[in-house]
Amino acid sequence: MTINRRGFLRGTAAFGTAAAASAFLAACGSDDKSDSPSVSANDVDAALAAGGTLTVWAWEGTLKQVVTAFQAKYPKVTVNLVNAGTGDKQYTALQNAISAGSGVPDLAQIEYYALPQFALGKSLVDLSGFGAGSLDGTFTPGPWASVKSGGVTYGLPMDSGPMALFYNKDVFDKHGITVPTTWDEYVAAAKKLHAADPKAYITNDTGDAGFTTSMIWQAGGKPFQVDGTNVKINLADDGSTKFAGLWQQLITDKLIAPISSWSDAWYKGLGDGSIATLVIGAWMPANLESGVAAANGKWRVAPMPQWTAGGTATAENGGSSLAIPKLGKNNALAYAFMKYATTGEGAQLRTDNGAFPATTEQVNADAFKNKEFPYFGGQKVNEVLAQAAAGVVPGWSYLPFQVYANSVFNDTVGKAYVSSTTLTDGLKSWQDAATKYGKDQGFTVN
Amino acid sequence: MAVLAPPAMRRSGPPGRSRAPRRRRSWTGWAFIGPFMAVFAFVFLAPIAYAVYLSFFRTKLIGGTSFVGAQNYRDVLTDPQFWSSFGRVALFLCVQVPIMLFLALLVALAIDSGRLYGKSFFRVAVFMPYAVPAVVATLMWGFMYGPQFGLVGSLNEKFGWSLPNPLGPDWLLASIGNIVTWEFVGYNMLIFYSALQVIPRTLYEAADLDGAGQLRIIRSIKLPGIRGALLIATIFSIIGSFQLFSEPAILKSLAPNVITTYYTPNFYAYSLSFAGQQFNYSAAVAIVMALLTAVVAYAVQLRGMRKERQS
Amino acid sequence: MTTARTRKRSTLLTALTAIMLVYSLVPLAWLFINATKSQASLFDSFGLWFSGDFALFTNIRDTLTYDDGVFVRWLLNTLLYVVLGAGGATALATLGGYALAKFDFLGKRAVFAMVIGAVAVPTTALAVPTFLMFSKLGLTNTPWAVIIPSLISPFGLYLMWTFAAEAIPFELIEAARVDGAGELRTFLRICVPLLTPGIVTVSLFTMVATWNNYFLPLIMLKDPDWYPLTLGLNSWNDQAATSGGQAVFNLVITGSLLTILPLLAAFLLLQRYWQSGLAAGGVKD
Repeated sequence: MTINRRGFLRGTAAFGTAAAASAFLAACGSDDKSDSPSVSANDVDAALAAGGTLTVWAWEGTLKQVVTAFQAKYPKVTVNLVNAGTGDKQYTALQNAISAGSGVPDLAQIEYYALPQFALGKSLVDLSGFGAGSLDGTFTPGPWASVKSGGVTYGLPMDSGPMALFYNKDVFDKHGITVPTTWDEYVAAAKKLHAADPKAYITNDTGDAGFTTSMIWQAGGKPFQVDGTNVKINLADDGSTKFAGLWQQLITDKLIAPISSWSDAWYKGLGDGSIATLVIGAWMPANLESGVAAANGKWRVAPMPQWTAGGTATAENGGSSLAIPKLGKNNALAYAFMKYATTGEGAQLRTDNGAFPATTEQVNADAFKNKEFPYFGGQKVNEVLAQAAAGVVPGWSYLPFQVYANSVFNDTVGKAYVSSTTLTDGLKSWQDAATKYGKDQGFTVN
Repeated sequence: MAVLAPPAMRRSGPPGRSRAPRRRRSWTGWAFIGPFMAVFAFVFLAPIAYAVYLSFFRTKLIGGTSFVGAQNYRDVLTDPQFWSSFGRVALFLCVQVPIMLFLALLVALAIDSGRLYGKSFFRVAVFMPYAVPAVVATLMWGFMYGPQFGLVGSLNEKFGWSLPNPLGPDWLLASIGNIVTWEFVGYNMLIFYSALQVIPRTLYEAADLDGAGQLRIIRSIKLPGIRGALLIATIFSIIGSFQLFSEPAILKSLAPNVITTYYTPNFYAYSLSFAGQQFNYSAAVAIVMALLTAVVAYAVQLRGMRKERQS
Repeated sequence: MTTARTRKRSTLLTALTAIMLVYSLVPLAWLFINATKSQASLFDSFGLWFSGDFALFTNIRDTLTYDDGVFVRWLLNTLLYVVLGAGGATALATLGGYALAKFDFLGKRAVFAMVIGAVAVPTTALAVPTFLMFSKLGLTNTPWAVIIPSLISPFGLYLMWTFAAEAIPFELIEAARVDGAGELRTFLRICVPLLTPGIVTVSLFTMVATWNNYFLPLIMLKDPDWYPLTLGLNSWNDQAATSGGQAVFNLVITGSLLTILPLLAAFLLLQRYWQSGLAAGGVKD
């Protein structure tokens, strides 16, 4: 069953028709729930009626409004929204709480790349029993595939980050640069820009595992193949090689600003035009609006540059889900909140507050697509981004120990940014490090 | 074991001080030190014992936990990443600690000399950085180090200099050394200054009468007088260097490729247990590091005490 | 203390020491200057000079009111940790230092060896065992998880030991014993007053340590309602790196400034005590 389902999802996403998936998956959705709790949709309703208290660990900003609305709707439920740290810090905390067997939240925000690790550690509740199967078609294909591991649904997608090209139009106009549609044009633009203004760079990068894997993903690479505890790692496949070739050119010619993303210098560079583009997830508009007020009106969004002219391939970059830790106290109530927050009203509320939705309804809504963003000079940004969501290359998977692998990314691939090591060599030693760790942890690797 | 000489043994106490009551062994002492030791056992000894226990096992994501004997220790001793991290802090220790303590000593002597204008202002101002949390200090210096927009970048641009990138691979350790020095010069200065203050003033007056110069007074009276403070500051600095963690951990977001997950032993132990869930191996790294620290601290202490006996 | 020496002030020495002073103060000046800038002018101005509107008071107001005034909550938490943690640490160190200096007891030599030995163990590696232990006792995510480990200050113990050895003559204790006073009474009535300068010094050090504590709360606390200032500020800093998160570097910088001000104030206030105490210790011979 497992293989069928994954194979099928790959097919559907390629056609971009998520709706078709729902019929098929609904038919075979609820048969293999080995350790799924025996809970029905009725139990979820009963839990809502009974009320109670939920602890939710999440750092996502728009959940605050969702909690308020949820509590207004179900006055018997109290939701404690706790920011237990961002990304790694929260996973560490969650892992510690799980190891200790106490203090585990009822719900946790987990990024897509980290979900397989918690799923494999048998720390999360299989959601099939709650009727998650009936949600097929509710979510866009990229995120929906991301919350499944080994054919089992472990979380509900909260947001999504299909990639696009964000560029500073002022800078492009000033130097007569046209918006690149292919990676070759992107490199040419990088050279032209830096030659015209030595202080300006096409983009910044100091080695970012999330960005690199997304780029390999778009290039059609599938470096991580996972089947249960059998793992194949090949960071020299076609997609990886393509990416390494492209990025090596930019690094060698010093066309990338050596500034780490999210640092104050980064925000500064985005504001003053010295960082001219970002190839990044669809959640970026809100960050630009709040963090880079100086460049109001200058930025635009275009489709991600392509490997073949006329292509529409994209990849997911970031994005996270909500999942229920097994040690959480009230699983049924947690599911009720999770479903509310990720679909229907909740999803709408979060979209209105600036999140990029992972739900088909919100992504396809006219009001969403036609919204004009003053920050982007009135551009209908979501049109471009919704298109990107449809173009996510199917078939990607992360390692079941991706959190660790990403943590040593800069130890290995990072060398290519500060020494004469090449990206290809860097990717090779990343592969070696991940392989060693996988073997140490009892996986069968390669 | 690294037993620091108790102060009463170290200092040749003024004559006439009765030592008789010290001979009377009793349990009263325990009543006073008991509360400290109880909490100490709870927050230090118990976790250490637990870490030792953990270090003999290995937990895998697939396959669970098994007893592996001394395997983790054998692995640590042949782990190139561990030794590279150890080498780095050893270098740091040999360069940064002497510089920091020397500067602290100079300032302490300058303030103690009574020849400064506004000496209490100096004392407080130099001590001030100690009040800045390491998190804030590192964020601040991190900004100033920025080669693009930070102070270094601005200076290069304004004056056409080409200062090296403080966050680059060649300079990063020195940059961290600078942050640590900035944070702790004042702290060490204060320890030395306090020790200088308790040197009996009559000794200086006698030296003045003998016509001894300032340098002579420093060498013959002041430095021997604060030997205990120097020794304890050195030992705490050694421990501090070997445990270097906050500064590289926070700077990592600015120099991710230079600061590896095994940049310092402590950071390595942290990465192992937090990013990799390798608690057992991490515990072994920590214990090996603790033993190495104890050996170095003990060697320094022995040397310090031998010198004292000679003088 | 006031001899002829002290009056011969040296401009040269002052100037040389002033280099250290500049080194110490420039980063603090940077912090202050940048706390007066808005988020926008933070990014487009030279770091070491004022620029744009003087936004210090706006920044302070925003810092105190951002996210329903959570900064004030963090400040109160930090005060709680300092009062109980640093206060307790000073008390334990004083009692222990006194015992080491003035009593002979079984295992005395082992005590300090153990304390120094334990200090050599990297704290980051003890974090997980400590967390698991505290978790089993139900202490994580409560203030106790921060306060209890703060109660131990090995350096404080050492300082009190040294200080008590110097400041309390054995004759005084003997005299009190001859008079029939109990040990506790002797300690409280006779020794504590003599130890005051040492106590002030140790409490200063433990206060700084508790105030700046970061790693331990990071592991132990998950609920921002219990965060101390350091952890809270870092969470604001991290916020810039989340999708949809608001970059509030100006609040991080202003918050940092507000975080260190109380400590600086405490230094200035306590230094008088501390100065007279140390000097008193110095002239007693």
